[in-house]
Amino acid sequence: MAVTTPLPAAEAVFRARGLTKTYRMGEVEVHALRGVDLDLFRGEFVVLLGPSGSGKSTLLNILGGLDAPSAGEVWYEGHHLTGASERELTLFRREHVGFVFQFYNLIPSLTARENVAIVTEIAEQPMTPEEALARVDLADRMDHFPAQLSGGQQQRVAIARAIAKRPAVLLCDEPTGALDSATGVRVLEALERVNAELGTTTVVITHNADIARMAHRVLYLGDGRIVREERPARRTPAKELRW
Amino acid sequence: MSALTRKAWRDLWHLRGQALAIALVIAGGVATLVMSQSTYESLTATREQFYRQAALADLWAPLVRAPDTLLARLAALPGVQTVQARLLALGTLGVPGFDEPVRAEVVSLPLEGGQPLLNQVQLRSGRLPDAELDNEVVVGEAFAAAHALRVGDSLRMTLRGRQRWLRVVGVGTSPEYVYQSPPGTVFPDFKRYAVLWMNRHAMERALDMDGAFNNVVLRLLPAARPAAVIAGLDGALARYGGVGAYGRHEQTSARYLEEEMRQLRTMARLFPAIFLGVAAFLLHVVLMRLIGTQREQIGVLKAFGYSHRALAGHYLGMAAAIALLGALLGIALGAGLGRWLAHVYQDIYRFPFLAWRLSPWAIATGTAVSLAAAAAGALMALRAAASLPPAEAMRAPAPPRFGPTLIERLGLQRWLSQPARMVLRDLERRPGRAAFTVLGLALACAVIMVGRFQDDAVGYMVDTQLSLAQHHDLAVNFIEPAPRRVLFELAALPGVREAEPIRTAPVRLVHGLRSYRTVIEGLPPAARLRRPLDVRLGVVTPPADGVLLTDYLQRMLALEPGDTIEVQALQGHRHVRDVRVAGFVRETIGAQGYMDLDALNRLLGDGDVVSGVLLGVLPGAEADVYARLDRRPWVAGISSRLASVRSFYATMGESLLVFTWVAALLGGVINFGLVYNAARISLSERGRELASLRVLGMTEGEVSALLLGQLGLLVAISLPFGFAAGWGLCWVMVQGFQSELFRIPIRLTTATYAFAGLMVLGASVVSALLVHRRIARLDLIAVLKTRE
Repeated sequence: MAVTTPLPAAEAVFRARGLTKTYRMGEVEVHALRGVDLDLFRGEFVVLLGPSGSGKSTLLNILGGLDAPSAGEVWYEGHHLTGASERELTLFRREHVGFVFQFYNLIPSLTARENVAIVTEIAEQPMTPEEALARVDLADRMDHFPAQLSGGQQQRVAIARAIAKRPAVLLCDEPTGALDSATGVRVLEALERVNAELGTTTVVITHNADIARMAHRVLYLGDGRIVREERPARRTPAKELRW
Repeated sequence: MSALTRKAWRDLWHLRGQALAIALVIAGGVATLVMSQSTYESLTATREQFYRQAALADLWAPLVRAPDTLLARLAALPGVQTVQARLLALGTLGVPGFDEPVRAEVVSLPLEGGQPLLNQVQLRSGRLPDAELDNEVVVGEAFAAAHALRVGDSLRMTLRGRQRWLRVVGVGTSPEYVYQSPPGTVFPDFKRYAVLWMNRHAMERALDMDGAFNNVVLRLLPAARPAAVIAGLDGALARYGGVGAYGRHEQTSARYLEEEMRQLRTMARLFPAIFLGVAAFLLHVVLMRLIGTQREQIGVLKAFGYSHRALAGHYLGMAAAIALLGALLGIALGAGLGRWLAHVYQDIYRFPFLAWRLSPWAIATGTAVSLAAAAAGALMALRAAASLPPAEAMRAPAPPRFGPTLIERLGLQRWLSQPARMVLRDLERRPGRAAFTVLGLALACAVIMVGRFQDDAVGYMVDTQLSLAQHHDLAVNFIEPAPRRVLFELAALPGVREAEPIRTAPVRLVHGLRSYRTVIEGLPPAARLRRPLDVRLGVVTPPADGVLLTDYLQRMLALEPGDTIEVQALQGHRHVRDVRVAGFVRETIGAQGYMDLDALNRLLGDGDVVSGVLLGVLPGAEADVYARLDRRPWVAGISSRLASVRSFYATMGESLLVFTWVAALLGGVINFGLVYNAARISLSERGRELASLRVLGMTEGEVSALLLGQLGLLVAISLPFGFAAGWGLCWVMVQGFQSELFRIPIRLTTATYAFAGLMVLGASVVSALLVHRRIARLDLIAVLKTRE
C-alpha cells in the first residue's frame, strides 16, 4: 500500500521558535538544544533522527510538557506552553498528549484493559479501552497482565493507552528500541494505523534510519540543531520495513 | 578506603532519610531498655544503700505498754543484735493556712538525744531536737515540701486531746517511712499525713508513758532465724499488749517499696521487650527491602568478581552502621530519660540521694539485639540477591506476576477504580509484606495504648473503690476501741448527716501453711457509707457469721468459698478462732476481710465496741465538724474521703503519666519510622511506575493517592489489630502488676482507643507528607529512557 507524500493538512499543532536548552551535568554545561525552530502539522507523521546526544529527547520532552526550554517559546494550538505552571502542564499532558515509552512502562498490577482504563478514567472524551486495544490488534489479550504479554504486545498496549484519550499528538521515544525487527514492525504498523485513521499527529524518535521511510517528514538533529529536513517522495508502509 | 567502603558510606548518605528513620526506631527500643533498666537498678541500689546507711531495722514489734526494764530481756533473745525502744503515737496536726485534717505519726527520738540506733533520721536540713527542749520537732520531708514548711515554722499538734505548738527544727526522712501512707489506706498523701520525730521525753509526758515504750525495733545477727526471734519476741511481749512482731516484708513502707520495685521491674522488662522486638523486626524488614532494591548493583559487583563474602561484609557493614547509630542514639536518650525518671522517683520516695547507675547490661543487650536484627535482615536479603547468577541479577526482575484479587473473583470489580485495583493487587501479591507492616503498626498502636491504659485503670479504681464502695465524707479513728455509744455522740454533732460505726481489727489469717497479716473491717448490717463490692460491682453485705475476703486473698491463701480459715486477733485478748469463709469480694486496692460488726466483736471478745466512725457530713460543714472532732482526746485521726481521692490522683498521676508520655512518644517514633520506610521503599520500588503515570497526565495528588492509599489501607487494617494487641499487652501488664497493694483492672476507655488511633494516624500523616514531597520531585524524564 503506497501512501501519498503530501501533508494531510497544513494546520500547525505545535509551533516552536528559538528553543535552546542548557543544563548542568555536574561540572559540565550541556547544550542540548541550540535554537530549534519547528512546526508540527495536524495529522503529520514525523520521525526525528539523530545520534545519541543530538537533542531529540530534549525536544520531545519540551513538546510534551515534561521539560521547559532555557530560552525560546512553544505554542500548542495557540496556547503558550513556555511559562505554563506545573499544574497546567499536567492538564496539557492529560488531555492532549499521548506518550509511548521505549520500555512500555505498563503498570504490572493492571491488565491490558485496565492499563488503558487508568488513562481513560481521567480523560475528557476517551474511546473505550476495548476500542483502543482493538485498534492495536489486541482485542483477544485484554484481560492479560503485562507479565503474560510479549514485549511487542506490551508496547501495543502502551500505544493503545496513549491513543485512548484521543490525543492531538502522540510522542514516541524509541518505541521499537527494545524490540526485535519483526515485533518492531508490528508496533510501527499500529502507529501508522492510528495516524491514518485518527489523524493523530505522531512524532517518533529513533536512531534507526529505516523507520524514517514511513514518515511524512524526517527531521535530522545534530548537536542541538535541526540540520536537515526531508520529505520522502514515497512513504514506505510499515510492514515493508526491515532492519 | 576501598571503593566498596566508599560505596557503603555514599549509599548510607544517599539513604540518610531512611537510615535515620530506622535508627530512630532502634533508638526508641534501646532507649526504653536503657531507661527502664537503669531506673530500676538505680532505685534498687539507692534503696539498699539508704537502708544500710540509715540502719533500717529487721523486726518491728508494736505493743501497748512495757517498762524500759524489759529491754535487757529483749536484747538477750538469741539472734538479736540491736534493740531500740521507742514511742509511737497518732495525732492530728494543724498547719497554718490549711484547714483540712492532717494525721500525724509521731516517733520518739532517744531520751539521751542524738540519733536512734535503728531507723535513723536522715536530716535534709536543720538539726535534731534539743534533748532539753520539749517543743522541737523534725518533720518528714515529703510533708514539709507539700506545705512548704521550713526550719523555724510552727505547727499545732493535738495528741490525746491536748494541743500544743511545736517548732520545726529539722526536715528529714527515714528508711522506715520511705513510702508514707496513712494507716488504713494504701496510697501516700503527703499533704494530709505527716511523720514527725520528737524527743522521747516530750512524748512520754503527752502519752503518760514515763519510763515505758510502746514500740520496739530490732536488728538481727546475720545468722539469726527471723521466725525464731519473732516467736521469742511475741512471747516476751504478750503480757504487754504486743500485737505480733513482723519483719521487713510486712513493714508497710518496706513492703510497698518492694512492691513498687517489683512493678518497676515488670515494666523494665516488658516494655523494652516489646519496643526492642518491634524495632528489631522493623530493622529486619526494612533492610531486606532496601537491599532488594540494590539487586542490580549486586549483580554488577559479582560480575566484577566480588565474592559473596565481600558483598555480605559490605551490606552487613551498612546495616551495622545504621544499627549502631540507632543504638548510640538510644543509649544517649535512654540515659537522659532514665536519669530524669529516676529523679522523678527519687522525689516521690524522698530518697536523700540517688545512686544513679547506667545499666551496662541494658546497653550491651540493646546494642547486641540491634546488631543481630540488622545482620539477620541484611543477610536474608543478600541470600536472595546473591543466589542469582550475576547476569540475571543485573537484569531487572521480570515483571511481577499479578492476578485478579479475591474481591474480583467474587465479582465485585466494577466497584473498584484502576488505582484501587492496583492497591489491592499489590497487597494481595505480597501478603507477607503487608502482614509485616500491619503487625508493626499494630504493635506501635498497642504500645501507645499500654501507656494510656494505666491512667484508665487508675480512674476506674478510684471510681469503684472510692466512689462506689466508700460513701463517707470523714473517717474518724479512735486511739483504742470505744463503746458503741460514741457513735451517738458523733452523730449528734452539728453538720453530721449520718454516722456509721466501723471496727478495724488487725489480724493474721492462716490457711494451712499460708498466712497473711491484714485487717478485718466490721460493718453494721445494711451499711451505707462503707460497702464491699462483688465482682459485678454489686453491694455485698457481710453475713451474720463468716468472713468476706478480697479475691486477692483467695488466691494468696488458696481458699475456696466455704473453707474455714484461722483468724488470729492481734489485739485485745488475742483469740485464735476458726471462721468460715462466706465469700469473696472484688477490690482493686488493698487485701482485707469484712465481717458483720457484731460477729467481729464476738470473735475478739472485748465487748460491743467500735474502732472508728464513718461520717456523712452536710455540704460545707466538713471543716467545722473536723474542728470539733480534733478536740476530743480519744480521736486518733480524721481523714477526708475527697482528699484521699485527690491525693490518689496526684501521687499515682505523677509516676504513671510520665510513663504514659514516654511510651506514647516512643510508640509514635516507631510508627513514624515504619510508615516512612514502607512508603520510601514502595516509592523506590514503584518510582518508575508512578513517574510514568505522571507523564501520562496524572497529577501529583493522584499519584500520591496511589502510593499512600496503599499505606493508608494498611494503617486502617492495622488499627483493629492494634487495639486487640493493646488490650492483650495491657492484660500481660496487669498480670505482672498483681499485688497486695492493688490490682489494676483491665479497663480501657474509648478515649484511650481514640488517642492511640490518632497517634498512629498522626505519625502516618507526617511520614506520608514527607513522602509526598518526594513524589513531587520524581524525575519524569528519566523514566522515558531508563529501564529500571
